[in-house]
Amino acid sequence: MKMLKPVAVPLIAVGLALGIGAIILAVSGANPIEAYGALIDGSLSSQKTVGRTLEKATPLIMGGLAVAFAFRAGLFNIGGQGQLVVGGIFSAAVGFGFEGLPWIIHAPMALAIGALAGAAWGSIAGILKATRGAHEVITTIMLNFVALNLTDWLASNPWKDEGILSRTPAVEESALIPLWGSFPTGFLVAVAASIGCWYLLERTNLGFEIRSVGLNGDAARYVGISVQRIVIATMAISGLLAGAGGAIETQGVIGRYEPGFNAGLGFNGITIALLARNHPLGVIPAALLIGAMEAGGSMMQFNADVAPEITDIIEALMLLFVATPIVVRWFFSRQEVAEVSVTAGWGSS
Amino acid sequence: MGVAESPALEVQGVTKRFGDVLANEDVGLRVERGRIHALLGENGAGKSTLVNIIFGLYQADTGEVRRNGEVLNLNGPRDAIAHQIGMVHQHFQLVPVLSVAENVVLGDEPTRHGVVDLDRAAAVVRELSERFGLDIDPKSIVEDLPIGIQQRVEILRALYREVDILILDEPTAVLTPQETNHLLNVLRGLADTGVAVVFITHKLREVMAVADEITVMRRGRVVGHTVPADTDESDLASMMVGRPVELRLKRTPASPGDEMLTIADLVVDDDRQTRALNGINLDIRAGEVVGVAGVEGNGQRELVEAVTGLRGVVSGSIILDGEEITGRSPRQISTMGVAHIPEDREKFGLIGAHTVADNMVLNRYHHRPYSRHGIRRPAAVDDEATRLVEEFDVRPPNIAAMVATLSGGNKQKVVAAREFSHDSKVMVAAQPTRGIDIGNIEFIHRRLIEYRDAGMAILLVSAELDEVLGVSDRVAVIYGGRIVSCEPAEGIDRDRVGRLMLSGADG
Ligand SMILES: Nc1ncnc2c1ncn2[C@@H]1O[C@H](COP(=O)(O)OP(=O)(O)O)[C@@H](O)[C@H]1O
Ligand SMILES: [Mg+2]
Repeated sequence: MKMLKPVAVPLIAVGLALGIGAIILAVSGANPIEAYGALIDGSLSSQKTVGRTLEKATPLIMGGLAVAFAFRAGLFNIGGQGQLVVGGIFSAAVGFGFEGLPWIIHAPMALAIGALAGAAWGSIAGILKATRGAHEVITTIMLNFVALNLTDWLASNPWKDEGILSRTPAVEESALIPLWGSFPTGFLVAVAASIGCWYLLERTNLGFEIRSVGLNGDAARYVGISVQRIVIATMAISGLLAGAGGAIETQGVIGRYEPGFNAGLGFNGITIALLARNHPLGVIPAALLIGAMEAGGSMMQFNADVAPEITDIIEALMLLFVATPIVVRWFFSRQEVAEVSVTAGWGSS
Repeated sequence: MGVAESPALEVQGVTKRFGDVLANEDVGLRVERGRIHALLGENGAGKSTLVNIIFGLYQADTGEVRRNGEVLNLNGPRDAIAHQIGMVHQHFQLVPVLSVAENVVLGDEPTRHGVVDLDRAAAVVRELSERFGLDIDPKSIVEDLPIGIQQRVEILRALYREVDILILDEPTAVLTPQETNHLLNVLRGLADTGVAVVFITHKLREVMAVADEITVMRRGRVVGHTVPADTDESDLASMMVGRPVELRLKRTPASPGDEMLTIADLVVDDDRQTRALNGINLDIRAGEVVGVAGVEGNGQRELVEAVTGLRGVVSGSIILDGEEITGRSPRQISTMGVAHIPEDREKFGLIGAHTVADNMVLNRYHHRPYSRHGIRRPAAVDDEATRLVEEFDVRPPNIAAMVATLSGGNKQKVVAAREFSHDSKVMVAAQPTRGIDIGNIEFIHRRLIEYRDAGMAILLVSAELDEVLGVSDRVAVIYGGRIVSCEPAEGIDRDRVGRLMLSGADG
């Protein structure tokens, strides 16, 4: 029972969201079974659709990791989107800027530069917080706008492709993260990143310091941990993860940097992290679930004539239920809610 | 029996189980009108459980509660109020942004034409406050009030509902000595008007000062019932703990060695950039305890934070065994040999969601053998934690438990075990026994003396005058950011120290 509990809340949230989604489908005149059937069909039925699901899940894992990781230090990184586009454009720049490099050097180099660019971008918010006390939610949101404008400008000026479109040139073939049959190699990178984050948090001194700061910053300071250093390091690593997500998307899916190529990817990270309860390994199934819905969404439109926005609604519902555990807990055990209300005090009528 | 008037409240044979824990076992209690009934017991003895059953927050597994002879079946606090039973919890249940009057009447507001009549509420509250000497302005906003006054608002809430049984769960745990005295007077006044007061505490001095009757609990059972005239503090302590306890620490005279910590002309500001320490001079030798006595807020916190590197210094110097430590980071100072038991263990001393093991190495996880090249070595951490848990008798002895699940006394033992266990030259112990029970207080005091005898220099800061006088070799009194006196503890005049604490002058 105890072991099941952390998993139970997200599972119930997903179940409730799918259930309500079915009702919405029915009310809007569609056949929920047919629609969900199409969703599965479009995401899990063949090697090719599974490959699409993994491909969609890859940047979601990275974005989810970025949010979850920062959260372990008590930081709310809303800037995944900005870090992701910065990572994307820098990996593209390395990808098209060098010719004649062997794959084994070029692709990892582009990925690394993209990730580092994301780290640099993320650490700005960390430095502002550590030195000026500026709240990271505010600064990361502002930095998102700065990042979007900066990348737009880069893609339409110094790094612009020939032709009329504002976008970078295609990256060299040697910089691509290839498909392996229909299996996107980038997915392996994302899984490795999840395991790496878990290891870092649970097994290293830095991770211990990050968790300590997140759980009780005052006590961490009292035992001599430099909270400022941890805030900056955490935001840098969080940005690194998001930036790597942008790089993988650029090198593995798009093949270049196009403004707007991934609007919203960064924000999905918040949903994923919540579903995963900020556990770096939990991010993988959470991202696969959302990835499958995105991959299957178009099939649903095609086969069941349902607007693909229904998947957005279901995602929003999951977020709602995970973020308001009381609803789920009520579903899970009425007992606990009774206990909660007991403590609410006396005298009020 | 039964012929005379039945008592205001009578508990018979109450048993309550939480999972494996038998929190109350066949408990009986008789509370008379107009009397203060002290319920005494160590943490975890089952006192809160018992009063929560009386108040209707918990249901007893077996047994009954009688009110004026009639069996009560309460289903929650509202029922209790309806039976004129009021309770002041350990954690207040006030709405911070509302005024005193609003908080008091909340849920039972006087109305005029269907609208809450705040003027009348304020008038009623003022009248009650004056009648019972509570001294509260009904218009002030609760969040602006100190804890002691907020507690009086809680008491007013109960009085407003005309309770004639008032239960207070460890009301003095959060109070300063002055506030405590005031509260005890208020309780006496209430009892004189006929209210039955149930007063939970584990402080013997208070019990002896104010109680009419005393019931002692241990491990879920009532182990004794007495009146102050028939007992004394050490008797009560032994009853609570279940073995003879030495209330007065047995100690040999100190044999001080070299100067270990030298504080010279130290000037420090507080968080609001106002002066907190105005040029403090203090030195502590190896093998002695220097106690700092003072009413809280006279610079003690800033002194401790400055010595441990947590707070910047405006001017002056702090020298540790010949080396200047002013301006160094907390980690450097800790590594150089200053250990620190912080005043608020939950907030500053522990990470509640970490395990006991992780908390035990919180100050040296980055050293060998607890980690190597930045990689943690859980086996080494567990070994050390197992050893410390045994040596400091942490209960339950489970190093994998989250620290937050331990009792206050055991939490404090974890902090003490950690801080004593690296070879420090100086120990800064701030309020090292606040809110923990007698057995554990005795334990921590003994440890302080043991380490003193092993040559440690100890700076003890405490709001409990008895603690400072009982443990220290020299006593410094701090007032208004200055040390106003520093003299040997031997033969010191308690009243004179008290006067110095309150006014900075002797007279
Ligand atoms: N709600 C609860 N759930 C589980 N155990 C509890 C609960 N309340 C109290 N206990 C346990 O019952 C015992 C008595 O606790 P309590 O009545 O709070 O003691 P006291 O107030 O005397 O310190 C302790 O062992 C405590 O851990
Ligand atoms: Mg209690």
